[in-house]
Amino acid sequence: MIEVKNLVKQYGDHVAVDHLSFTVEKGQIYGFLGPNGAGKSTTMNIMTGYLSATEGEVLINGHSIFEEPEEAKRCIGYLPELPPLYMDMTPLEYLYFVAELKKIPKSERAQMIADIMKLVKITDVCERLIRNLSKGYRQRVGLAQAIMGYPEIIILDEPTVGLDPKQIIEIRDLIKTLSKKHTVILSSHILSEISAVCDYVMIIAHGKLVASDTPDNLSKLMLGSNVLDLTVKGNKTMIREMVSTLPDIDSVEVHNSAEPDCVDIVVKSPQNIDVREELFYKFSEAKCPIMMMKSSNMSLEEVFLELTNDKAPAKQEKKRTFFKKKESEENTEKENSNEGDL
Amino acid sequence: MKAIYKKEFKSYFNSMMGYVFVAFVLLAVSIYFSAFNLGMGYPLMGSTLSSVIFLFLILVPILTMRSLSEEQKNKTDQLLYTSPVSVGEIVFGKYLALISVFAIPVLVICLYPLILDGYGTIDFGMAYLAIVGFFLLGCAYISIGFFISSITESQIIAAVISFGVLLFTYLISGISGFFADTAITSLMSFTVLLLVFCLIYYIMAKNVIASAAVFVVGEAVLVALYFAKKTWFEGAIAKVLKTFDLAAASTNMIQNGILDFTDIVFYLSVIGLFLFFTVQSIQKKRWS
Repeated sequence: MIEVKNLVKQYGDHVAVDHLSFTVEKGQIYGFLGPNGAGKSTTMNIMTGYLSATEGEVLINGHSIFEEPEEAKRCIGYLPELPPLYMDMTPLEYLYFVAELKKIPKSERAQMIADIMKLVKITDVCERLIRNLSKGYRQRVGLAQAIMGYPEIIILDEPTVGLDPKQIIEIRDLIKTLSKKHTVILSSHILSEISAVCDYVMIIAHGKLVASDTPDNLSKLMLGSNVLDLTVKGNKTMIREMVSTLPDIDSVEVHNSAEPDCVDIVVKSPQNIDVREELFYKFSEAKCPIMMMKSSNMSLEEVFLELTNDKAPAKQEKKRTFFKKKESEENTEKENSNEGDL
Repeated sequence: MKAIYKKEFKSYFNSMMGYVFVAFVLLAVSIYFSAFNLGMGYPLMGSTLSSVIFLFLILVPILTMRSLSEEQKNKTDQLLYTSPVSVGEIVFGKYLALISVFAIPVLVICLYPLILDGYGTIDFGMAYLAIVGFFLLGCAYISIGFFISSITESQIIAAVISFGVLLFTYLISGISGFFADTAITSLMSFTVLLLVFCLIYYIMAKNVIASAAVFVVGEAVLVALYFAKKTWFEGAIAKVLKTFDLAAASTNMIQNGILDFTDIVFYLSVIGLFLFFTVQSIQKKRWS
């Protein structure tokens, strides 16, 4: 559907996008994740044909955005970071203009605009000047513009920035509805948003793609082992001995808990082995009640921080080990040293 | 293109800009019309219109300043350049909208000869030719202002630069009178122009060798020509400068009632050239 090959964008000496390559398949929600200035918006601007690239190629449904811009642009709806709205128009006028600009046949225009206004819930403000609308409504009008003509691909650059929590949830739901019929690509530096909405995450740092996978896989892969958090009532030293006698356990940490007479335990085990049952029986034999037990995968947030950290050479090493781990799960030593940093 | 044309044209009349422009052109022309034609009974439209030309220097920059610069500033150009419309169509649609706004007062002015007809005999051919010349001159000025609004994000800067450039073209025939007719003056002036050109080229391309080479080669050609065909250089600088005088090309049409197609071709070329420059300046922004 979208193929980005070896994309480079330079502003003078500054490399904003550095040999970026990825493909986007149909019918999923893709998330671009990266810190500020990582090159997310630049990449999106190039994909939509607003900017040109220094090197590389973008194919939209087989059409190169540089060589056949009109065919390629027809397949894309784009909501830039700042919605491109004309303040002296009403949403209705604006959407009529966009519909005509996107060459939607005259007979379909009125119906399509009415449908889209209903979808993004701006029907009741469609007669007011855009200048007088709130940020949330402006964002929706921008979104309506991107959906206009029902393009196959909808690209949204930070669609929920500056909205209140209720509006954010509404926009997220809307994006999920859209993904039933369209491929959606959205960018964000907010992790919860990406993990809540996206089927697939691409993490970009310094113009490079540092990781791409589903949100679940990313956090699993990053850690390479299962981690359990427990709170158990009982004596500290006794519990430590009890747990360490169990087979299949990599490491145990025992701390004093905030709860009286309890200890907090962090148990790490290899990824493919579930030790929860064994732990349960062991503690019940010893009459040490388990107050709380939950598995803690590394959150996407930590993965993100780890991957997008500054370009120090040591961190570069880790990025490489991350990809190695993807292939084989052998070197537990290095993982431990990784975790130490977190 | 049609969508952009309609939107632009409407937007001039959604804001005060369109009304103000139309009103001021009409006001100025009407004052001169009532003084010359109605008051003094002078039957020619040409002298009325040629007295109003100076007003373009102020009104055209005000009309054109926001055309492209505002889109850049508000980032609404992202919508235009990511929709399935070519840059050429966008530029042409916007330019047509500008011209249409200017056409409104011109159409009203077309009624004036009819008013005059009620008081005596007038030559309609001459009167309407003058109006056509006036319109073409305005369109050429607008194309320059339009180009300048594409190079900056600030409306004010666009307006000031447009005013400067239009003023320069307006005064150029006077300035060209400062230069002596001798061949050596022309040679020196051309050298200075070449130097300026190479400097601009250097600032844009940052290539010392290429700009120096252009200067050396250009200067060699100039000197060679100077010694081979000295007569070519006599008064040449004045002639070259006078080609920048846009208003002069309209004198035949507006004042003398002579239809010379070279003048029309001249205006169409100026318009075409500046629209081309506009497209290029937009493309350049995408590539840098």
